[in-house]
Amino acid sequence: MTIKLCAEIFDPWQELADFQGQAAGMAGKYGATGIFVGTMRDFNQGDEVRGMHLEHYPGMTEKQLQRIVEQAQGQWQLLDVLLIHRIGQVSPNDTLVLVAVWSAHRGDAFDASRFIMENLKSQAPFWKRETLESGQIRWVKKNSNGYLKQP
Amino acid sequence: MSIKVLYFASLKDRVGRSGDELNIEAPLSVLEVWQRVNPNMNIPDTLLAAVNMEYVGLEAEVNDGDDVAFFPPVTGG
Repeated sequence: MTIKLCAEIFDPWQELADFQGQAAGMAGKYGATGIFVGTMRDFNQGDEVRGMHLEHYPGMTEKQLQRIVEQAQGQWQLLDVLLIHRIGQVSPNDTLVLVAVWSAHRGDAFDASRFIMENLKSQAPFWKRETLESGQIRWVKKNSNGYLKQP
Repeated sequence: MSIKVLYFASLKDRVGRSGDELNIEAPLSVLEVWQRVNPNMNIPDTLLAAVNMEYVGLEAEVNDGDDVAFFPPVTGG
């Protein structure tokens, strides 16, 4: 498991390539990689957004993320997990979050990556403060449930 | 005996401080901690609380040396 909070712009695809390249023990073992990449939009709730600040609670954020990943590892057969989340000042088109899980089969990869992402959204202490094109600054009030339809 | 209180995000703006130090004579509940440091502000309905970086309910006990954090719903990801 690797969990990183990143104060600078990061390239999720390069991070994935680097991580997978260094994980020699996984070679030949994984048949599925579940990946979620979250990117900052330039609009939210009908307004144009110019930038955003991501606040977090140092220590607790890492602790909660680790717990979420451990819960996923307890429920699904996972070979490894990579989780990177931005903090600080971000701009539209910046990657906000990367969740990647490697497993032998797709069921574990799909379900575990979804579980990690949804639990991160509802439990990990991060807060977004948006700066709109108008100059107005506002806190995002809450995250919506990502499960739009039950299979 | 003292405890450290922390506020985050919009709640920090609302109370106007990032934290408080509170001297206590005996263990308090999380709700009592809020009432002691913010006597003129009702506890917000959506407020979340943590003691020593673990989520807790408002009835949880706070002891000497604990860190208590109050914050609004989380919005990461």
